[in-house]
Amino acid sequence: QLSLLRFTVKRPFSTSHSSVDSKEIKKFQLLAHKWWDEEGEYSALHSMNDIRVPFIRDTLLSMSNNYHLGNPLSGIKILDIGCGGGLLSEPLGRLGASVTGIDPVEDNIRTADRHKSFDPVLAKRIQYKSSSLEEIVEESMETFDVIVASEVVEHVADLETFIKCCSQVLKPQGSLFITTINKTQLSYVLGIVVAEKIMGIVPEGTHEWEKFVPPEELEHLLESNGFSVKSVKGMLYNPLSGSWSWMESRSLNYAVHAVKSGARGQSQPRDAPSETDIEQHSATAGTAG
Amino acid sequence: SSAAMAALCGRALVAQLGARLRPGPRALLCSAASAPPLYDVVVSGGGMVGSAMAAVLGHDIHFHDKKIALLEAGPRKEYDHMPDSYSNRVSSISPGSATLLSSFGAWDHVCSLRLKAFRRMQVWDACSEAMIVFEKDDLDDMGYIVENDVIMSALTKQLDAVADRVEVFYRSRAVGYTWPLPSHSCDTSPWVQVELADGRRLQTTLLIGADGHNSVVRKEAEIRNIEHQYDQSAVVATLHLSEATDNNVAWQRFLPTGPIALLPLSDTASSLVWSTSHDHASELLSMDEESFVDSINSAFWSNINHSDFIDTAGAMFRSAVSLLKPSGTAVRQLPPSVAKVDPESRAMFPLGMGHATEYVQHRVALIGDAAHRVHPLAGQGVNLGFGDIACLAHHLSAAAFNGSDLGSLKHLLKFETERQRHNVSLIAATDVLKRLYSMTLAPLVLLRTWGLQATNALPPVKVRI
Repeated sequence: QLSLLRFTVKRPFSTSHSSVDSKEIKKFQLLAHKWWDEEGEYSALHSMNDIRVPFIRDTLLSMSNNYHLGNPLSGIKILDIGCGGGLLSEPLGRLGASVTGIDPVEDNIRTADRHKSFDPVLAKRIQYKSSSLEEIVEESMETFDVIVASEVVEHVADLETFIKCCSQVLKPQGSLFITTINKTQLSYVLGIVVAEKIMGIVPEGTHEWEKFVPPEELEHLLESNGFSVKSVKGMLYNPLSGSWSWMESRSLNYAVHAVKSGARGQSQPRDAPSETDIEQHSATAGTAG
Repeated sequence: SSAAMAALCGRALVAQLGARLRPGPRALLCSAASAPPLYDVVVSGGGMVGSAMAAVLGHDIHFHDKKIALLEAGPRKEYDHMPDSYSNRVSSISPGSATLLSSFGAWDHVCSLRLKAFRRMQVWDACSEAMIVFEKDDLDDMGYIVENDVIMSALTKQLDAVADRVEVFYRSRAVGYTWPLPSHSCDTSPWVQVELADGRRLQTTLLIGADGHNSVVRKEAEIRNIEHQYDQSAVVATLHLSEATDNNVAWQRFLPTGPIALLPLSDTASSLVWSTSHDHASELLSMDEESFVDSINSAFWSNINHSDFIDTAGAMFRSAVSLLKPSGTAVRQLPPSVAKVDPESRAMFPLGMGHATEYVQHRVALIGDAAHRVHPLAGQGVNLGFGDIACLAHHLSAAAFNGSDLGSLKHLLKFETERQRHNVSLIAATDVLKRLYSMTLAPLVLLRTWGLQATNALPPVKVRI
């Protein structure tokens, strides 16, 4: 796969909207007011909270020593990239975290702001901003303890730039959580044909199979940009029960937890790829499927 | 009107869940700044079930930083001193309910006040010799007879212990509820609005209706209730026995007019629950104490309703059973005889059955008698309510730990499914038993005689009961 050879080209990333695809923005604008209908177009995302929130919560709890009764994520600063209407920001806020939600679609941010405004606790804990990731990098260097990018990387124009920016705004030893869709024949049949065209689980046109990301590629990009991948887990959606569960295989949806390397207070090296990087890539290039 | 508002917002008024997200007639438009205080949970009704619900949530670790309100129409009662005489309102508490109460420290209080454990239940027919005995093999307690005041005292203590989380509003009757529009609409408050009699208002993400069988929450939520008034009232009284005994058996005899039950309170006292026709109940209340005591003893001892035919048929069946299953016929113990009734302890209340077709709606849940009302013959009433609490608290605790919106139908429906599955069969069976035992026609008596004897002989069926 061509993507594996991209490591040789290290483009300097700019502060332009290079990770945001304008076609994607238009798609989501049309559905901006449908976010909070639990049984509507976004019902699968609502029920995904039942596995992605415990995943994030339990991973963070296992890494920390403090436990605040009733607020397990108290004191943790989280960046929710591509927050949409705030479906994931709100549960994280309820668990005690300080959440910053960003989304390039202004209507989404408007919906999210309005929805949280009725709850005084959430209104204080969550801040929304209509912005791309690159736009906040400069003012948010090493600011966040945790980044969550759920169902986002399959919509991003330049994945490597995206990951570099994540690294910049994340504190050393900070956690990055990603959920996305694998690029397989199965994900084409089930994720596009069945989910969009036949069963209407996801609004038609939401996803483009070309932009799906295999876990191997994602892992590689993360590892070569200062992250250490801690776990990759397969996820499965059952359209009959409307619920998600974990599964062994990553051939459809999957979740990744990675940790930014480096000691606190040190910045990341931005040199040319090291010897070990080159060896790793030539080894995997032969086995890419 | 809500239709006009929906048009303004340009949204569909009825979500796919249809009637569950029914729009309210007076949805509230207000900004967060001037809004009434917002609680995570409001429990309406401070009886045994409502108070226990608030206490369980108040003691839940995932509710540590949440705000709960309990609304009680009556004044706060002080239970510092238990009077020497027993109260005439008692409940049969199952071991499962005792476990729930001990999970938040209330059972210890109950034990330190007073209660009576019973090991055995003997149930028999007035029209035949048929009898069934319930007993646990392992000599554990089958259940406990506890005065309702004792339970309330324990619950009040445990509510005081979490006063930083649970705010109890006494003398606060809720007079109106305003339901939110479906969650995806625009500028109206997404919370349930509660209006109190004195004009104060509260908002909540979840309203729990624990306000009894005439539940206002249920009526305002327009949840259909299947109900039926029995032609019966229950007469309660505190009785003193002729002689002291171990008194660890609960007795119930099915008379044609209704079941009479004697529930142990102590070695010398028992509580009476006599379900009978309204007229007979009034009679019992107005007769002098001696006649009252005679009626009770006669009800338990007299064989006036036996017929030779039934007796013979019953005896034949019993011999047949004892051939097949020697241990299937139990030893008949004799109920105690009553000497005196506590003056002022006689009272009566009408009986009925009820079942709400739905236990939940968006941001609303019903528990206890608000959801289901049974005949006391099965001694189940408050235990069903405690079972509702255990189930709902389990789902709410998990939802809180997931950061979910507490009023979301997703987990409320799981509570409803679990409890309806459990409750419906029991309520239906109790209703059938009540009607079956009101008959004196020979074929029906024979049917239930053999049925009772067969049930007594069959361990699996008995265990399920």
